[in-house]
Amino acid sequence: MIEIDVALTRSTSFKLEARFTAPDRGVTALFGRSGAGKSTIIYMVAGTVRPDRGRIQIGDAVFFDAATRTELPMEQRRVGYVFQDSRLFPHMKVETNLRYGERRAKEKRISFDAVVGMLGIGHLLSRRPHTLSGGERQRVAIGRALLAQPRLLLMDEPLAALDEQRKAEILPYLERLRDELKLPILYVSHSLEEVLRLSDMIVAMADGGVVAAGSVSQVMSRPEMLPIVGRFDLGTILDCTVKAHDPDFALSTLAFADGELRVPLVDLPLGTPARARIRSRDVALSLSRPMDVSVTNRLAGTVADIRREEGPYADVGVDLGHAVLRSLVTKESVARLALEPGMPVWVMIKAVAVDSRSPLFDAPAPGATLPEPANPPKVSPPQTPSLRLVGADTPSRGNG
Amino acid sequence: MLTPEEWTAVRLSLQVAFWATVWSLPPGILVAFILSRLHFPGRGLFDGLIHLPLVLPRVVVGYLLLLLLGARGTFGFYLNEWFGIRLIFSTAGATVAAAVVSFPLTVNAIRLSLDAVDKGLETAARTLGASRLDVFFSITLPLMLPGILSGTLISLASALGEFGATITFVSNVEGVTRTIPLAIYSATSMPDGDDIALRLTIVSIVLALGALLLAEFADRRIRVVLGRI
Repeated sequence: MIEIDVALTRSTSFKLEARFTAPDRGVTALFGRSGAGKSTIIYMVAGTVRPDRGRIQIGDAVFFDAATRTELPMEQRRVGYVFQDSRLFPHMKVETNLRYGERRAKEKRISFDAVVGMLGIGHLLSRRPHTLSGGERQRVAIGRALLAQPRLLLMDEPLAALDEQRKAEILPYLERLRDELKLPILYVSHSLEEVLRLSDMIVAMADGGVVAAGSVSQVMSRPEMLPIVGRFDLGTILDCTVKAHDPDFALSTLAFADGELRVPLVDLPLGTPARARIRSRDVALSLSRPMDVSVTNRLAGTVADIRREEGPYADVGVDLGHAVLRSLVTKESVARLALEPGMPVWVMIKAVAVDSRSPLFDAPAPGATLPEPANPPKVSPPQTPSLRLVGADTPSRGNG
Repeated sequence: MLTPEEWTAVRLSLQVAFWATVWSLPPGILVAFILSRLHFPGRGLFDGLIHLPLVLPRVVVGYLLLLLLGARGTFGFYLNEWFGIRLIFSTAGATVAAAVVSFPLTVNAIRLSLDAVDKGLETAARTLGASRLDVFFSITLPLMLPGILSGTLISLASALGEFGATITFVSNVEGVTRTIPLAIYSATSMPDGDDIALRLTIVSIVLALGALLLAEFADRRIRVVLGRI
């Protein structure tokens, strides 16, 4: 368990007071606009910024506790910190960089070969950092952090300095990291796309405080998210699995707790989890069962709540049984249909709308290759054995 | 070629410059580190004291050394009493004079390179499990190499050319404190010294040029290693 409860006053304009817990596995995204205090939390966990008061505990290790005046020195925290600007040591080759933390680690659970294989950096080992591309540099930085045998990974906007193409190059590696490592990852980002694609949990921050925390699907439909993601990106996240493909119409069927969604063909095998993002503004409501309309997805539910907002907007929550789907309609529609909490309604979601905006489906399909101007790296997830966590008594293995 | 006395002067000059540089490098790195990284009350005064030899007339520096380290000087008396070290009229004294005069230049060169070292790299190293001292030797020091190199050369050059403080502090003793500049000075006051002065001048030019070329070469190598080219 990651337990963070910190306060810091830097000046009259910057005050941070944040408290949340995060699980021992998976990606917890610290999400918010710049200046919200996300990175400051990471600095505190790493030990470069000292909180005024509070407590930071990662697993059994107390990093900081103002009450007992405990402060673990930075080098003993064993956090794998991946910086936005990679920070590779310019006077060392890639391999020496990778081994910097490994040589200083007491136990070696994560092996050199496994990390090099997982990140596809075997062909870079004898290069110097300044000869690498931005994406390669960031992969080496991730490998270096992993080989320091960390108890958690801290990633501070690791993709922010990269262009779209490089981001797409790295994202599959981050997904592998998330799926194959038994490590918690704190991931700072202001990009909704990244967060939705990578994270299991979201800690949404604004003005130095935590606005909402919880699973991605819980947090994303909260009204507090409005100022952070903006009205037109606000919506519902449904955790689904791929159920069927219909190549004739190029559609896929995703199953979730309350039914099924038809979406444009998803290039994922049957049974794999997929996250469908449905923007509130793409959801329409009907009092009767919609019959002769083009809209593919029609689901029955009851009105859970109606939030009347500024301007013409009303945000209606429809309880589908397990999930609550948010729909952005006009106040005028609410009045015309005389919507009240508890009323049965039908929701309509255009299949096209689910598709094009869903970040999960924007990802390059497995096996796809992206053009690369110089030194073409393997962009497809590398065909190496998955990362092995070798026993603590196993000596680290030779170079790759 | 050179006469035995002139060879002695050249050898002595190189010896003094070499040892002055060797002895001033470690404290030079330390002082540069203090001035670049630490903030404490009196830092400005400390900075000023370090730079004093640069702005004072060299004769004044030599005279101050005499007052402090001479046979009856504040520290010189005890130096002699306890350790049997006498600096005046000695090669060691000439080395001290050269080191003191070149010290601020050495510190400045090193400090500039230290200021240019990205502290983010040091933070990264610490999160990877390196202690402060470990970070200094594995990251900071290697990245300071260009500055240490130029500090070394400035120190060598300034020690080779040191005159005022040396002649005031340890006088002009043939074979002991008479370095090239002092030998040239002596030669110019001798009736037939023109040839000596000219030969030693040529030696000075050759030494200086050689040092510059060496520096250029070494600097290039270091920059390649550091990925700056």
